[in-house]
Amino acid sequence: MQYSEKVMEHFLNPRNVGEIENPDGIGHVGNPVCGDILELYIKVKDNIIIDAKFKTFGCGAAIATSSMVTELVKGKGIEEALKISNKAVAEALGGLPPIKMHCSVLAEDALKSAIDDYLKKQGKNR
Amino acid sequence: MRKVYLDHNATTPTHPEVVKAMLPYYEEVFGNASSIHQFGQQARKAIDKAREKVADFIGAKPEEIVFTSGGTEADNFAIKGVAYANEKKGNHIITSSIEHHAVLNPCKYLEKQGFQVTYIPVDRYGLFNPDEVKKAVTKETILITIMHANNEVGTIEPIAEIGKIVKEKGICLHTDAVQTVEKIPVNVDKLNVDLLSLSGHKIYGPKGIGALYIRKGTRIQPLIQGGHHEKNRRAGTENVPAIVGLGKAIEIAKETMEGESIRLTNLRNKLCSGIGEKIDHVHLNGHPGKRLPNTLNMSFEFIEGESIILSLDMKGIAVSSGSACTSGSLEPSHVLKAMGVDPAIAQGSIRFSLGKDNTEEDINYVLEVLPEIIARLRAMSPLYRK
Ligand code: FES
Repeated sequence: MQYSEKVMEHFLNPRNVGEIENPDGIGHVGNPVCGDILELYIKVKDNIIIDAKFKTFGCGAAIATSSMVTELVKGKGIEEALKISNKAVAEALGGLPPIKMHCSVLAEDALKSAIDDYLKKQGKNR
Repeated sequence: MRKVYLDHNATTPTHPEVVKAMLPYYEEVFGNASSIHQFGQQARKAIDKAREKVADFIGAKPEEIVFTSGGTEADNFAIKGVAYANEKKGNHIITSSIEHHAVLNPCKYLEKQGFQVTYIPVDRYGLFNPDEVKKAVTKETILITIMHANNEVGTIEPIAEIGKIVKEKGICLHTDAVQTVEKIPVNVDKLNVDLLSLSGHKIYGPKGIGALYIRKGTRIQPLIQGGHHEKNRRAGTENVPAIVGLGKAIEIAKETMEGESIRLTNLRNKLCSGIGEKIDHVHLNGHPGKRLPNTLNMSFEFIEGESIILSLDMKGIAVSSGSACTSGSLEPSHVLKAMGVDPAIAQGSIRFSLGKDNTEEDINYVLEVLPEIIARLRAMSPLYRK
């Protein structure tokens, strides 16, 4: 697999692995393409995502995009975080092989689902 | 860093003796084997010698061997060639659900052309039941094509038993022996086969060369048309260096196979039991006994194969996986699926396929680094709860 150096770096040293105790939002998504799973936890304070962690059952790209999306989202407001697209995650990693683009979709979906979960708990809707 | 290549079922390094044998056929003996002058005749002689070696190894006659560009072409030739040559007799083909794509895809292609194909199931060890083949035979059946041993899990199939069933019925039996030649004894009469495919680069020979054994009297149509090469069965100027290389590889295999099979079985078993001792939640895929000496396919629960491959690669260890994420089609291994392996467990499957240069130190090294890799990936997995 032709992964960029950045992908390999995040795969080998993923940031923010783990779970958050008492998270404000949890995203749990499965990859319909290959069957892999991503869990994403967020902690929100004053509408700002102050912490994010993940657990991933998936390929190198899935782990690297999980790591990158948690990095990108930290410190961002909810509105802003919702704008993070899978393309942005892939670009931040120096690109992904075409066949692995769907793994970045998994990361985007997990983030959205975590935010939705948070909003629901707040009694709000996206 | 130590480099440990454990992907010999994908391809093997060319044996130095093979390279040495091939070299004169590029610059010195470069003639076209179809030419009647001495340049050509020298090349012809070399081809004849290689053909004899290949034939001898599988218990065939030299004229029953046709050189091809590899295992894939041999499979395509056997399947399409027999199907089209026997179209008037019938249109039914039987194969198994765990074949290599070089067999499955020609079968699927023929299905589109109006042939009927039955895919025989396998049990959880990857073994098919000869009775199922017997049951699947109809009046229309013209060809049965089932692999001798599976490339992913190493299960060795009871080919000889179908041979007996179909013999009286005049059905052609083809086997893809790409994984067995050089690893276990292969004899066309003992297997009762009419056609058999083999490949050079899986047996320490060069890439781009293979052969199809065609039993005398078998009705088959050529796939590639052109000149009169290979007795009109496969046109195209012979790839003399590669043919010589294949012959040499076979010659070496004849000497080393017996000892290597014992040595590799021991190493592989050491790897298997070491993994079992050091790592929990692992499964063996494939038949525990009826298996290629060099092949070990194991699933590591809760994690995915590509991430294991990448991590091992960083440590200099080369393996492969049946994970959906590693396949170009993002489909999990059709072999593991046919064996009824849970898709999540198939995702964590790793194939270790050993070869001639592997040593005990190599296995120790794998056993040293693998547990950490598995633990690291499991710590990241949402499926793993300690
Ligand atoms: S998660 Fe399966 S291909 Fe990336």
